[in-house]
Amino acid sequence: MAVKILQPGLLSLLQDGGRYGQHRIGLTNGGPLDPGASQLCNRLLGNAADATVIEVSFGGLQLEVLDDTFICVTGARMPMQINGKDVARYEVHPVTGGDRVTLDFAESGCRAYLGVADGFEVAASFGSTATVVREHIGGLDGEKLSDGDILACPDVKQRRLFFINPESQPRYHDTVTVRVIPGYQQQHFSRLQQRRFFSHAYTVTDRCDRMGYRLEGPAIDCEIEGILSEGICQGAIQIPADGQPIVLLNDRQTIGGYPKIGAALSLDTAAMAQLTPGGRVHFTPITPHAAHNALHLAASMARRQTLLERPA
Amino acid sequence: MHSAGENALIAYLGEETSPLVSAHVQAAELAVEGALGSDLVDLVPSYASLLIIYDPLRTDHLSVAHRVREAVANSVGTGASEGRTVVLPVYYHPEVGEDLPTLAERAGLSTDEVVALHSGGEYRVYAIGFAPGFAYLGQVDERIAAPRLATPRQKVPRGAVAIADRQTAVYPAVSPGGWNLIGRCPVRMFDPQAEPIMPVQVGDIVRFEAIGRQEYLSMGGEL
Repeated sequence: MAVKILQPGLLSLLQDGGRYGQHRIGLTNGGPLDPGASQLCNRLLGNAADATVIEVSFGGLQLEVLDDTFICVTGARMPMQINGKDVARYEVHPVTGGDRVTLDFAESGCRAYLGVADGFEVAASFGSTATVVREHIGGLDGEKLSDGDILACPDVKQRRLFFINPESQPRYHDTVTVRVIPGYQQQHFSRLQQRRFFSHAYTVTDRCDRMGYRLEGPAIDCEIEGILSEGICQGAIQIPADGQPIVLLNDRQTIGGYPKIGAALSLDTAAMAQLTPGGRVHFTPITPHAAHNALHLAASMARRQTLLERPA
Repeated sequence: MHSAGENALIAYLGEETSPLVSAHVQAAELAVEGALGSDLVDLVPSYASLLIIYDPLRTDHLSVAHRVREAVANSVGTGASEGRTVVLPVYYHPEVGEDLPTLAERAGLSTDEVVALHSGGEYRVYAIGFAPGFAYLGQVDERIAAPRLATPRQKVPRGAVAIADRQTAVYPAVSPGGWNLIGRCPVRMFDPQAEPIMPVQVGDIVRFEAIGRQEYLSMGGEL
């Protein structure tokens, strides 16, 4: 059971939930930039939440199904076709050997997730299949997908055909508000600098990738230039000497010596990672309490989202 | 201790690079691991800090902060276990250490003296990061400390032994890098197929032993 990549598009990567517990040997997390979207894809397919899917950035993926399976796409609005016929995203489709599935370039958003029943079968490295190209770890030989790659899938004969209505699907905007838990070297940013950071919009530059999103806007001054290198958590917002913030994401380095003003909430870095260059970001401070509540609320809403079902 | 993010706290154990502070970090690392158990997701020990990453859906920052504070307070002075001493062979030569002559010239030393100072030191593994298996070792003799290159190299070979400020390291894989290259080590610093994956861990002591070209090649070193 397998699918074959005919065209990988700009950047398609195998991702599961990410690689955890390996920072002490210098490995980063990897994993989906928009975990809500990848988990929803797996939930629609009846898979484990962290089953391996393809994260398609920008679009342009074409694949051929080699054996019968079920397929589903969530995330960025990339027009989807099976054998040249438009089909709905956020819906489980049965596919048979010889079918061609294409995802066009994104009309809105940037990252889509394509999953199959029970997930792609990939050997885990360091406990995860997540591809981190910078480390040459995960996926198929640590590389992004390329044409001709064969991805094994489990043999699945039956699946319920779940879908969700377009009005319940996430929408992607050009501006995202990112909640920030102030922390790390926050005390080394004057009150004026913090106010500047939280009251102006920043623009996504073309230096935005899975390591981090480099933004452009009013420069933020830090009283100190560097620090002894220390651990960097997901979402940490680094302010280098030029004062332009970098929001660090899944493939970030695990330690670094630039001052950080705090860290972004993961729910909002997921939305930010759906932005392309030119997108706008506003930062707003929240307390650790509020962050905690937001995460619980989001988890509970995701669990309770109603799935609709078509007769098989 | 500071908040770091929605699922992370950072504990500061000191302010400078020193074996004492590093030993505190290690002791705290052990204590926090015990105190948080399965609520813990990952730890990043570094020069003077410990980043603690937890599962925010299983516990909360108040509970974690409380347990970490207690664990760290009780760990002070317990003295982390003595790190092992690991000896790494190095072929020091301009052939594989392009910056050796410049570094020597700037230091007003001969290349032999630079090699003697570098291989005569004992270095502590202060942190691992930047790339898989990249161990930050410190500190080199002040006389051979050297600033990073103005223009980083696009490609530093695997095994390159290098100096930046008072830190030294062996590049675990081909990568870009701005450190001063002085030699090359035939031992793999990161090998997913090997057990252990890395020859060193944070807290270990590393000594470098100068070897000749022939020996370097016979140990699998590449030119």
